[in-house]
Amino acid sequence: MTSFALSPERELEFEKILSRYPNRQAACIPVLHLCQEQHGWVSDEVIQWVADRLGLSSAHVKGVVTFYTLFNQQPVGKHQVWVCRTLSCALAGSDRILHHCEKRLGIHAGETTKDGKVTLRTAECLASCGTAPMMQVDKIYHEDLTIEQVDAILDRLTR
Amino acid sequence: MLRQTKYLSKHYDVQDGHRLSVYERDGGYQQAKRALQMDRQALVDDMKAANIRGRGGAGFAMGVKWSFMPWPPKPDRPHYLVINADEGEPGTFKDRTLMEKAPHLVIEGCIIGCFGIGAHAAYIYVRDELHLSKERLWGAIEEARAKGYLGKKPFGIDYPVEVYVHTGAGAYICGEETSLLNSLEGKRGEPRLKPPFPAQYGAFGMPTTVNNLETIAAVPIALEMGGDAFSKLSDLHNIKDGGCRLYGVSGHVNKPGVFEACVGLTLRELVYDLGGGVKHGELLGVIPGGSSCPIIRPDDVVDAPDPKSPLHPWHGKSALDVPMGVDTYRALGTMLGTCCAIVLSDKVDPILAFHNLMRFYRHESCGQCTPCREGSAWIFRILDRMVAGQATLEELDRLHEIADNIMGNTICAFGEGTAMPALGFLRKFRKEMEQSIRTKGKSSTGVLAP
Ligand SMILES: Cc1cc2nc3c(=O)[nH]c(=O)nc-3n(C[C@H](O)[C@H](O)[C@H](O)COP(=O)(O)O)c2cc1C
Ligand code: SF4
Ligand code: FES
Repeated sequence: MTSFALSPERELEFEKILSRYPNRQAACIPVLHLCQEQHGWVSDEVIQWVADRLGLSSAHVKGVVTFYTLFNQQPVGKHQVWVCRTLSCALAGSDRILHHCEKRLGIHAGETTKDGKVTLRTAECLASCGTAPMMQVDKIYHEDLTIEQVDAILDRLTR
Repeated sequence: MLRQTKYLSKHYDVQDGHRLSVYERDGGYQQAKRALQMDRQALVDDMKAANIRGRGGAGFAMGVKWSFMPWPPKPDRPHYLVINADEGEPGTFKDRTLMEKAPHLVIEGCIIGCFGIGAHAAYIYVRDELHLSKERLWGAIEEARAKGYLGKKPFGIDYPVEVYVHTGAGAYICGEETSLLNSLEGKRGEPRLKPPFPAQYGAFGMPTTVNNLETIAAVPIALEMGGDAFSKLSDLHNIKDGGCRLYGVSGHVNKPGVFEACVGLTLRELVYDLGGGVKHGELLGVIPGGSSCPIIRPDDVVDAPDPKSPLHPWHGKSALDVPMGVDTYRALGTMLGTCCAIVLSDKVDPILAFHNLMRFYRHESCGQCTPCREGSAWIFRILDRMVAGQATLEELDRLHEIADNIMGNTICAFGEGTAMPALGFLRKFRKEMEQSIRTKGKSSTGVLAP
């Protein structure tokens, strides 16, 4: 047994997820999302918990976690900022957006601010190419970005 | 020829267009109800006549794909419908508009699709980042279920159908259908060797059809119109490329966006008429259908003297004036892909654009096959040197060799998806690259975003 446990509401969601698939393994990715939503990242305890509850080996779950970029393998900041840098966004100036974020936050892409508020990352095409440049902040897309809008967003996150 | 339509995007600009009340007011779910009472073979035949070519990139005929499913279904081998909404191909942003603004069209398509392939469950695989899309799809599923359009007896008819949304976790490769199936099964998203094909051995080892999300959204429309009439919307009906579809345009155009039109639109019409023309200068090139499709230059001229070529009618004309079709574009040496074009103005440094895309492919290779894993990394390293003004002419030739060596030597089409655009850039911008190498990078503009 591990020290990790889902909240009662998330336990209900866990059961709902399981009901959608013909086997327990298929719930692996949605359940990892559920755990990460609560815990902020996927720790060894989370991996063990998921493995136990889904009847999988922890090696299997670990293999899944390391394959997908959206599972955090270390603690991250309170807010997640992803700046898309693929071609359509690059053509619209995503480099300038990214540099501005780095300067404003005082960190490089891939890092978290010292106060633990913001993790800044680059992303590959987020299906928002017609409204480039764009960035994703937690679950929200911010599109057709200007530097002023980026400033307003970062102000809110770092306040 | 440019003919805009409003079938898929009927409710895009309508208040609450994503809600059941609006969808039903305009006849929504009538086709699902009708389909569930049809003869299965008649349904598949009608969909074959519709000539819906897969909208996910490969352009395979949807009705033909449905007909590959083993028939009749065996009780111990349930069939599955899997909808691909991974939407990860750079430059592509069309499926998202359907999920956000027309989710009921997607759900209705899933009901009909399930019946057509003998499935009772559909999984819509949505990339995790598209939170609003997932929310809208789940919302539509709840609304449809509450009305009794999903569940044990949809519309009171004894053919159970369930639709679920499944989410990925950030990996472009999961758009490849067998990788997607592994991901759906809770595994690492590594592509599988084919054969066996999904129709024999797909999700959970069972017979499965994988359709792109826009492909399935076209189904209720085609059924209402009748397959043949739907196909005839297209200028390319005679070469079995039917209907209407979504076109996207991004990059250096004045009005980027998603537009619906009959199949047979030309790239010129997409860029100039729908996209409002090139901004920041003149046209340098267009990547026609997502980043895996080799780039087209405005001075490319169609060379098809053979009357049997699908391109013959445009012999001697600009490539921009060829109707965008699966077979016409293949004959042009590029691909139609997802029909979402990326436009580059002549202020752009093509080497930087090439570099940007190859960074993407290096990052996204799943690493199973050596030619893809090593080749994509090697191409990127050389381009990195080229951008820094350090590459040599031998390295330029090496790029060709590396790309050639990827082609045909990999488990999945990601390999070709990397090598083909690379070869495209190498052929179309050879002069610019040679000059950049000779001048140690000084001849390059160094600009991506003017
Ligand atoms: C590397 C790679 C990525 C792909 N990404 C997608 C995608 O994001 N969405 C999609 O629908 N198809 C994608 N495909 C194509 C699928 O493998 C498959 O052909 C498609 O889902 C079939 O649906 P369709 O016939 O309706 O187009 C991708 C293929 C490859 C090789
Ligand atoms: S071609 Fe590339 S992406 Fe496809 S299986 Fe091989 S290594 Fe993975
Ligand atoms: S390139 Fe940034 S969203 Fe597509």
